[in-house]
Parts: sequence; C-alpha cells; structure tokens
Amino acid sequence: MNHVVNAGAWLAQLVAVTTAIAAAPLLMGWVNQCRAWLQNRSGAGLLQPYRMLRKLLYKDAAIASAASPLFRVTPYILFGAMVCAAAVIPSLGTTLPFTAAADTIALVGLFALARVFIALAAMDIGTAFGSLGARREMLVGFLAEPALLMVFFTVSLIAHSTALPTMAQALAHRGAAIYPSLAFAAVAFLMVLLAENARIPIDNPATHLELTMIHEAMVLEYSARHLALIEWSAALKLFNYCCIGLALFLPWGLGAGDWRSLVPALGFLTAKLAVAGAALALIETFSAKMRIFRAPEFLATAFLLAVLGLLVHLLLGS
Amino acid sequence: MELLILLCIPLLGAVLLALVGERDWAPEANSLMSFATFAAGAALTVRVIGSGPMLAFHEQFFVDPFNVFLVALTAFVGFTTSLFSRPYMRVEQHHGRLNRSQLRLYHSMYQLFTFTMLLALLTNNMGILWVAMEGATLTTVLLVSLYRTPNGLEAAWKYFILCGVGIAQALFGTILLYFAAEKVLGAEGTTALLWTHLNQVKGELEPVVLSLAFVFLLVGYGTKVGLVPLHNWLPDAHAEGPTPVSAVLSGLLLNVALYAVVRCKVLVEGSLHNGMAGRLMMAFGLTSVVVAAFFLWRQKDIKRLFAYSSIEHMGIVTFAFGMGGPVANFAALLHMTVHSLTKSAIFFAVGHAAQKAGTQMIEQIHGLLKLSPTVGWGLMLGSLAILGLPPFGVFASEFLILTTAMRDHPWAAPILLLALGVAFAAIFSRVQSMVFGEPSLSRLPHAPALLPVFAHLLLVLALGLFIPPYLAGWYRLAAKLIG
Amino acid sequence: MANLPLSSQIINLCAAVLLLVSFAMLSQRRVLSLVQLFALQGAVLCLSTITVAWTAGRSELYVSAAVTLALKVLLLPYILHRLIRALNARWETELLLNVPATMLVGLLLVIFSFGLAQPISQLAATVTRSTLGIAIAVVMLSFLMMITRRKAVTQVIGFLAMENGLFFAATSATYGMPMVVELGVALDVLVAMLILGVFFFQIREQFDSLDLRNLEALKEE
Repeated sequence: MNHVVNAGAWLAQLVAVTTAIAAAPLLMGWVNQCRAWLQNRSGAGLLQPYRMLRKLLYKDAAIASAASPLFRVTPYILFGAMVCAAAVIPSLGTTLPFTAAADTIALVGLFALARVFIALAAMDIGTAFGSLGARREMLVGFLAEPALLMVFFTVSLIAHSTALPTMAQALAHRGAAIYPSLAFAAVAFLMVLLAENARIPIDNPATHLELTMIHEAMVLEYSARHLALIEWSAALKLFNYCCIGLALFLPWGLGAGDWRSLVPALGFLTAKLAVAGAALALIETFSAKMRIFRAPEFLATAFLLAVLGLLVHLLLGS
Repeated sequence: MELLILLCIPLLGAVLLALVGERDWAPEANSLMSFATFAAGAALTVRVIGSGPMLAFHEQFFVDPFNVFLVALTAFVGFTTSLFSRPYMRVEQHHGRLNRSQLRLYHSMYQLFTFTMLLALLTNNMGILWVAMEGATLTTVLLVSLYRTPNGLEAAWKYFILCGVGIAQALFGTILLYFAAEKVLGAEGTTALLWTHLNQVKGELEPVVLSLAFVFLLVGYGTKVGLVPLHNWLPDAHAEGPTPVSAVLSGLLLNVALYAVVRCKVLVEGSLHNGMAGRLMMAFGLTSVVVAAFFLWRQKDIKRLFAYSSIEHMGIVTFAFGMGGPVANFAALLHMTVHSLTKSAIFFAVGHAAQKAGTQMIEQIHGLLKLSPTVGWGLMLGSLAILGLPPFGVFASEFLILTTAMRDHPWAAPILLLALGVAFAAIFSRVQSMVFGEPSLSRLPHAPALLPVFAHLLLVLALGLFIPPYLAGWYRLAAKLIG
Repeated sequence: MANLPLSSQIINLCAAVLLLVSFAMLSQRRVLSLVQLFALQGAVLCLSTITVAWTAGRSELYVSAAVTLALKVLLLPYILHRLIRALNARWETELLLNVPATMLVGLLLVIFSFGLAQPISQLAATVTRSTLGIAIAVVMLSFLMMITRRKAVTQVIGFLAMENGLFFAATSATYGMPMVVELGVALDVLVAMLILGVFFFQIREQFDSLDLRNLEALKEE
C-alpha cells in the first residue's frame, strides 16, 4: 500500500495497539463479572485480571530444571504474536497503517504460530499434564483453524477481498440486504471463538480438572512473569477475536483511521465490546461444558456451518 | 360414463367392506364388487375398441389402446383373485391366522387397491398417476402386514420405506417434468401435467431437464416394478403377505408401475431422440433378468421363488420396452398379459399347496399330485407356462422378444437366453420335487377354488396358440403408440 | 448482488434455514427435538411458500401454504409427539455413523446436489430458481438421515422431511404443481403417517422396541 502515511495515522495506530493491550484484561474481567452476575454471584470485580497480573509480575519466576530455552522464550513470542495481531486487526479504523500489512490468512497464521509455540513449550518439561494439554489443544486447533479459514473465505467472497480492512469497509456499506451465508459464517465464527479462547462448551478456564482442562494443563508449569504474559496474551487473544468478529459482522461505527474519527470509534468499540462480552457470558452460562470427546463434534459443526455458508453464497449469490 | 362407474365401484366397495367386511358373506361381496368392476372394465374396453381413444372430465382421464388393455387385465385378474381369496381367506381364518377385524381390513384394502391401480391407469395427469401409485403402495403395505407376524411387519416396513423413498424420487421426476412442460404449455392452465398435451409437444420439451427427469422417474417407478438393484422389498412382500396379495402384487401392481415408466419413456424419447431412455431401460431390464435368474437358485421359500421369477419377467418386459419398435413393444405387451395371468394362477396354486402343507418351505412340500391332482397339475402346468414352454403364450412373447433382440441387439440375446436357461433349471427342479413324491399334507376345511387357476392357464394356452385378430390389432395399435 | 428484491432475499434466507435445519436433524439424537425441528422446517417452508405466492401473484399457492401449515407444522408433529410419548421412544440409541462423518457425507451430498441443480436452475424463469439446489440437498440429506438411523420413528421423520424437500423443489422450480396434485400428495403423506403410527404399535408389540435392528430377519442367506 502506497498511501501517504502521516504522523496522525501512526499515532492512531499506536493508540489502537495500546488500547488493545490495556483493555484486554478489562474485557476478560467484564466477561467474568457478567458471568458472576448471571450466576447470582457477586464476582471478583472488573479489575481482577489487572490485580492478578500485578501479583504475578511481582513474584519470582520458578522454572523447571528440565526446561529448555524454548520454555522461557514462548511467553514472549506468544505475547508478541498477539500484539502483532492486535495491530493488524482494524479495531478502531480501517486505514490504520499496520492493518494493510497482513490479510486474514496471515492472521490465521499468526494465531497458529502462537498455538504451536505454546504446545511445544507445554511438552518441553515432559510432565504428563503438559503433553496432555498440548495434545488436546492441537485436537481443537486442527478443526478450529480450517473452520476459521472457511469463515474468512465466505466473508471474503462477499467482500471480494481477503484484507480485513477492505472486508470491514465493504460490509459496512453493503446496504440492508439479507445474507444467509453471512449469518452461517457468524455462527461458525462464534463457535470457533468459544473453542479457541478456552470458553465454556470446550474448556473452562476457571477450573483445573485434569479430565477436561486444555489451556490450564498447558500452562501449569509457568509462574510469575511468564504466567502473567501468557494470561495477558490469552486476554489479548479474546480481545482480538472479538474485534475480528465485530469488524466482520458488525462493522458499523468503524472510523476511517484518522485522528478525528478515533474518539467516536473508541466509543463504538467500547459499547460493542461491552455487549459482546455480556453476550459471551450469557452463552457460557446457558451452555454446559462438553466432554472432551464431543469437542471435535462441536468444531466439526462450526466447520460445516462455515462451508455451508460458502456453498450457500455460491449458489444463491448472497 | 363407463369410466366413472369403473372407478366408483371399487371405491364404493372399499367403503362398503370397511363397514361390513367382517361378515360371513363379505368374501362373496368382495367377489361381487370385483365382478362389477370387471364388467365395467369390459364395457369400457368394448367402448374404446368401438370408438377409439377417449378423453373425459376436462381431459383428466384418458383411455387409449395401451391402457385399456391393462384396465381389462387388471379388472379380470382382480376378479379371479377375489374368487380365489374366498376359500383361501376362510381357511386362514379357520387356522386362526386372521381375526375378523383383520379380515375387514383385508377386504376393504383389496377394493381400495383395485381403485388406486385403475386410477393410475386411467388418469391423464402425471401428478395424479404419482398420487395413485403412492396410494397403491400404502394399501398394499397394509395388506402385506396383515398377519402382523414379526416377519410380516418387517416385510411391510421394508416395502414401505424402500418404495416410499423410491416413489419420492418419482415425485421429483414429476416435478422436473412439470418444470419442462410449464415452459411450453404455460403454467396458468392445469394442462401442463396432462399426458396427452405433453405428448403433443414432446419435441419441444427441454432435453436436459427431461433426461434428468427420466432418470428419477425410472428409479422411482422402477423400485415399484422391482428392477434390480431396487428389488429388495419385492420377495419379502410377496412371501410374507397373504397369497391373494402376492398374486395381485405380481400380476397387477408391477404392470401398473411399468406402465408409468413406459408412459414417461414415450415423452422422454420424443424429446431426446437419442435412445437414452431405451438404453437405460434395457440395462435395468437385463440386469434384473440375470440377477433374478441366479437368485432363484438360492430360494427355499416357494413364494419367494416365484417372486424372483416375477422380477425376472418384469426385467424381460422392461428390456423389450427398452428396445422399442413395433415388434418388441407388441411382444412386451403380450408378455405383460401372459405373465400376469400365469403368475397369478401359480400363486393361487402355491397358496393352496402351502395351506395344505402348513409351510412355504419347498423342502417340506411333497406329493401334491397324489393328494390333490388339481392343485398339483395347476402348479406344474403354471410353472411350465411361466418357464416359456410351448405352446403356452409366454413362449410366443419370449420368442418374439428374443428374435427382436437378436436382430437389433445381438449382444444381449445370449445373455437373455442364458438367464432363461438358468431360471428354467432352478424353478423346474424345485416344482418337480413338490409335485411328485409321497404326500405330506393334510386336508383343508374349505374346498380350494381352482377355477381361476385353470381359467388363467387356459387363456395363456389360447394366447400361445392363437391370438385373436382384434386382440392382435389392439396390441399393434398400442405398440405403435408407444413407439 | 445486494440488488435482489426483498422477497427473493426472504426466500433465499428460508432456503438457507431449511438447509441448516436439515443438518440439525442429521445430527440430532433426541427424537422429540427432531420432531420440533421437523415442525420448524414446515414453518419455514410455509413462510417461503407465502412469499413466493405474494411475489408471483399465484393465489393457489396460499392454499398450499395453508395446507403446509395445517399438516406439517401442526398436525403431523402433534401426531408424532403423541406417538413418541405413547411409545416412550425419546432417545435415538446410536447412530450408524458418528456425527462428524455424517456431516462430512452430508456436505458432499450438498455439493453434489448443487451441481445437479445447476443446469436446471439456469433454465428456470422463477424468482426462486437458485434455491432448487437447496431443495435437492434437503431431499438428499433426509435420505441420508433415513439411512443412518435405526429407530423406526426417526426413519419416518426422515421420510417426511424428504417430502418437505420435494415440496420446496416444486415451489422453487415451478411455483408449485397443480392444485389437485398438491392436495393428493398431502393426502398421501397424511395417510402414510397414520398407517405408520399404527405400524409403530404393531412393531413394538412384536419386538418390544422400535429398534429396526430387530427387523433383519429377512435376507438372502
């Protein structure tokens, strides 16, 4: 992209990335708080994730003697990948400089990179739980990734582009037509989001049950600043997924990316994220945790929906 | 007018027998209704022979030489079967296999079944044809499951599911046909599904759609004809239902389903002009003949044996219709007639034999000839007739089909001959062991009705020796119509 | 593509929902939910028929829609509900094929149907022509459901769903068949359902269950 990059746009980009990093734990806290309310509990408060991060950052890291350098590096790679993704996703505006750097397929690649590293790190120590979690994570991943790609393909067929900003723009200006294929893709995306972020039908981040845990099993050996980074990137991942979903399926209110549109865009984003977080909590409250062996079924359904969306689009042209 | 009467009698009969079908005189009433139907059918036939094809009731009904001969045949076999079923069902009741309410159901459904078949034959509307075929399926499902034994239920369930799925394919084919016709005939009127109208414009119908439609129609109605590999339901339904039902299934329902296929083929061929429909039918027909002939060897149940023989003969007829041309069509029509008559006669004889033996297992039936010469001879002669021995009519039609095949499709003739040979050996050896030897059977409380057996066989014999000129002319007319 | 009239969009939406419902039925293990899905399918069918009737100005289609509503949304599900309660056949014990594999086969069937419908859709003049592929897909998926299930009730629901697909094919390709035929088909379906209802009781009486594995006595040895 050769459009003129001015200081304002860069500043906006900086704001966007900073917002993502700063607000991700807040979103996590909001979802958990909503869940607590829905379940008639008082909850730990919106700021609980921050308090936890601070606590972890103050602690001294204990590292297993068998750990290789990979184990130490992984949290940073994870966090880096998520920050990169946050920069690429048009959360605040569609013409931010970095958003043009990568399209949706690269984005899926970024997520895959993070997944591979955390799975490797989990197996690095050689404990039973680590490899168990890694195996389960890969089981979820190998089905979730194609489903996510299919969702992107479906939407990109409608928008005629695989670049997220272009897709968001095209979808925001498409008029009031009904797109069954888009609805299919949205549902499929939601299912992938739940699975990828260790949310309830697939995984429950609040428990440490060896029969079912996926994410927690992998990070069991981490402590202190490493664990903080991993938790932070998990929050960022959720934030990123929400932003992708909003950009694709509810793209209204996205600014162009210049300095002036930033403030209303920020307002829109906050509102949409608040609603999305509450909706997520609602879904989690209403559904029960699946047995791990049902997870492939769940994700196969997501994949199926995405492919159906694609086929329906090809057939109906809408 | 005859047409209306013809359709009303069995419908009326169904209602009447639904009310009083359990009375002692119900079998006679059933026969009487069937006779009335036959009389009306005969009157209609005479009328059509006299004054040519006719349309009735806003063109919704249509009679031409092709269907009127099937109407006559259906009414006739329906009547004779009702005569046969009179003592047969009494014996079944006596044996405690049926109670009165089941008997009522049987009589009512028998009439309704006749009605649906006649409706399917007489209607001009391809959609109504479908509705009537489905109706025939439903009534026969009830008839097949009449005994409510585990096997009977299984057979009926299989029959329902397979034919239901099959007939759904046929509905889709009909939809496609309508879709093609609507473009030419216009959607506003209701003429777009009328066969006579379709026949007039068949050259303009969209070939792509029609070829697809024909595949669905052939598969759909072909399931009901019992073409291999869609034949699975047929032996079970024949073996587990009451014997009169086996007789009408083989003798009539298969014909009516094949009639539907042929009607569709006429339209499709007229649109495509590439012989695709004919070749498909030939392939299905030939497969059925060969597969059925080899399956005959594995049968232990006498009714299953003859059910497979029905598949074989339906295959022959389908093959002949597939070849097309005046001679092959003539032979196919003749074969349809003689097969109906012979096969129902065989089932009558088999029914009595099985009742005497108390089993349908071939191994346990011996010495029919000693115990009841009429049943024994009926079965023996019927089997010889169905195997195509001269001078029976089956020989004439099979001979015609074979010679036509030799002329037009020389590759098919040896296959056909081989299959016929295999079938001959299989059936003959089994029937022989049943008819001869020392008897192992008991007497029955009601005298069997063997008049229908010999009446049918006599007719078949007559048709083999001499086809009356008016009948031949009639067949020729129908054969030309089919093209 | 955003220029499609609203009615076409509604019909397309209905078609998509029908397809979705078919897949849901394919994966559903609870028989009662299956009946609800079947009723939903009927309702969507009814909606799409009304839309077609309104768009094309074909008043006889309103009658079809009314028949659909009465028969497939209200009467048949009601009968099925009663039957299932009476027979206590709420759970499908097992599927012949696991769900992801069934789904995959279903997807292939959908692709096949779309391919099959392509040449026909191009010839059609109706506003709904593009939905023909979905109609065929619904038929195929119902067929698949009948094959992969063992309970008698599920097979029957599959049969009825297949009829729904055919009805949808008729409305989408040709604005529906002539009225007599539609009514005849509806009558046949109703009678079939009643007969099958009686059948269920007889099967259960004989075998003590509605599992069709009991019905495997008759085969060529």
